[in-house]
Amino acid sequence: MKKWLEPFSTAWVGVVTHKLRSSLTILGIVIGVAAVITLMSIGKGASAAILSRIESMGSDLITIQPGAFTFGGVRSAAGSVQSLTQEDAAAIAERVAYIDRIAPTYSTSLQVVVGDENMNAQVTGVTTDYRDIEKLEIASGAFFSDYEYQRGAKVVVLGSEVKETLFGDADPIGQQMRMGTNVVRVIGVLESKEGFMGFSPDESILTPLTAMQQMVAQPKTNKGERIVSSVVLTVSDEKQTEYVVNEITSLLRERHRLGPSADDDFRITSIQEISETVTEATGTMTLLLGAIAAISLLVGGIGVMNIMLVSVLERTREIGIRKALGAKERDIWVQFLIEAAFLTFAGGIIGVIVGWVVSYIISSMGLVTTIVSADIVILAVSVSVGIGLFFGFYPAWNASRLNPIEALRFE
Amino acid sequence: MIQLQDITKVYPMGKRELTVLRGINLNIAKGELVAIMGPSGSGKSTVLNLIGCLDIPTSGSYYLEGREVSRLSSGELATIRSQRIGFVFQTFNLLPRLSALANVELGLRYAGGVDRKRALEALARVGLSDRGSHRPGELSGGEQQRVAIARALVKNPPLILADEPTGNLDSRSGAEIISILTSLHDEQGITLVMITHDATIAHYCQRIIHLRDGQVERQEKV
Repeated sequence: MKKWLEPFSTAWVGVVTHKLRSSLTILGIVIGVAAVITLMSIGKGASAAILSRIESMGSDLITIQPGAFTFGGVRSAAGSVQSLTQEDAAAIAERVAYIDRIAPTYSTSLQVVVGDENMNAQVTGVTTDYRDIEKLEIASGAFFSDYEYQRGAKVVVLGSEVKETLFGDADPIGQQMRMGTNVVRVIGVLESKEGFMGFSPDESILTPLTAMQQMVAQPKTNKGERIVSSVVLTVSDEKQTEYVVNEITSLLRERHRLGPSADDDFRITSIQEISETVTEATGTMTLLLGAIAAISLLVGGIGVMNIMLVSVLERTREIGIRKALGAKERDIWVQFLIEAAFLTFAGGIIGVIVGWVVSYIISSMGLVTTIVSADIVILAVSVSVGIGLFFGFYPAWNASRLNPIEALRFE
Repeated sequence: MIQLQDITKVYPMGKRELTVLRGINLNIAKGELVAIMGPSGSGKSTVLNLIGCLDIPTSGSYYLEGREVSRLSSGELATIRSQRIGFVFQTFNLLPRLSALANVELGLRYAGGVDRKRALEALARVGLSDRGSHRPGELSGGEQQRVAIARALVKNPPLILADEPTGNLDSRSGAEIISILTSLHDEQGITLVMITHDATIAHYCQRIIHLRDGQVERQEKV
């Protein structure tokens, strides 16, 4: 046998000759590592799921809404301060760089009637660019064209839920419906899509802003600018999101004549900023879950130490014999340390497998999506081996310090 | 081979001290076969532990093969034990969970490396070739002691120390053990120092050292 292998074979014999004890020690580590893997994978999976929903809005999207706004709190005054105007949107388009498309929107709630069905729906007047900015897909029919926009055609595109409520399974394309005091024609239906920032495409009716202005009286500021509900835009270069946000902020502050001490009377939200916040929040959550699981790993580690201390005591005579045969202190502590590391390494590997299987089961039951990533696996296994070395060190050192004569006399 | 000069050994016993050896002077030549006898508490085992480099004296000098070893570190003593000295104990001290062969291999574990062939030869030397796979619990006392002797001799040490090797055996097994030990001495020229209570066994040796109260009382040639 190769000489450097001998400590490993000695440790291996020590492990397999105490099968029950070794298995129980390994079990402690298995539970700890499996808990870490499972909880971290749930955390990672959940955060990836949230992020992918956010990213589906388009990571280049920026939304401007009027009114004071506190993220994470109540949208206290959105809409209550009517400060954002179509002219603001035009100024932004003209003066801020890196803007790909920009669209003002004006929303209002209108009673919609089709035959016997009627509902109160959020009707939003938008420009043709709006569809690209919000990445809306058409399920049937078409979005309104530039021509229809320019002449203010009274046409609407329905959100999937609105279509379901008003038309059921019938084909709505080309159908007339009454919206407020006007009759409009349905030209398209949107694909169902996740909503964002108070806008839910499924529950919306989209119509050209020009038509909207004919149908309802769009309020104006005292300077005569046309008030809008929001301005949405996409940036041409996502890296410039922060720059664009800052530019828009100073431009709007200037246009709204806000003094240096005044709060913004608008709120700019970028998907990028939100996804950063969410990434940070879910990262913290994942870490917290991992920390909770790490406690069980720590308990497992203390179990290893306990077992190794018992093992050293029980094998005092063996240590005495080995010392009499010429084992140095180093030989003894290396033996016990390798034993401890072996137990925790085996526990780590089995724990990874168990954690993986549990994550897979959780995923396939459809509870939450889980992601087992390589970094968690490597971390869990190396931490478990580290725990073995750390908690194995004291017992191993104790063992190596035994006096051979006393150890041989030990009953 | 072995020179003990004014060796004393004092053990701290709480606040008091227990003086076990009070100035031992002893020479054992290479290839000698020596018995140490004496009543309980006379310091026999302590002397053997010192000779075996398991312990160091409180004062005095110990030369093993011409080298002063009484002030060496535990690591250096371990090296000497691993290379130069084989032990045989009264209670055999085999590892119960290992096979006889693995126990013999253990004798080489810290002496340069496990070598199955040499372990098998050592087992054959004590007449246990067919018992290699048995665990100590499956062997008789005499067989266990033969495994222990095989473990001591597998690394070909110049010195074998035996602490009452027949103390736990019936007289027939004891006689077998003594004949193996004396044959090691006769055929391989191994220096053998053995503690015994049994005068009959002591008379197989060339010299008997009588200890009493931590001192050499008398020595007799056989």
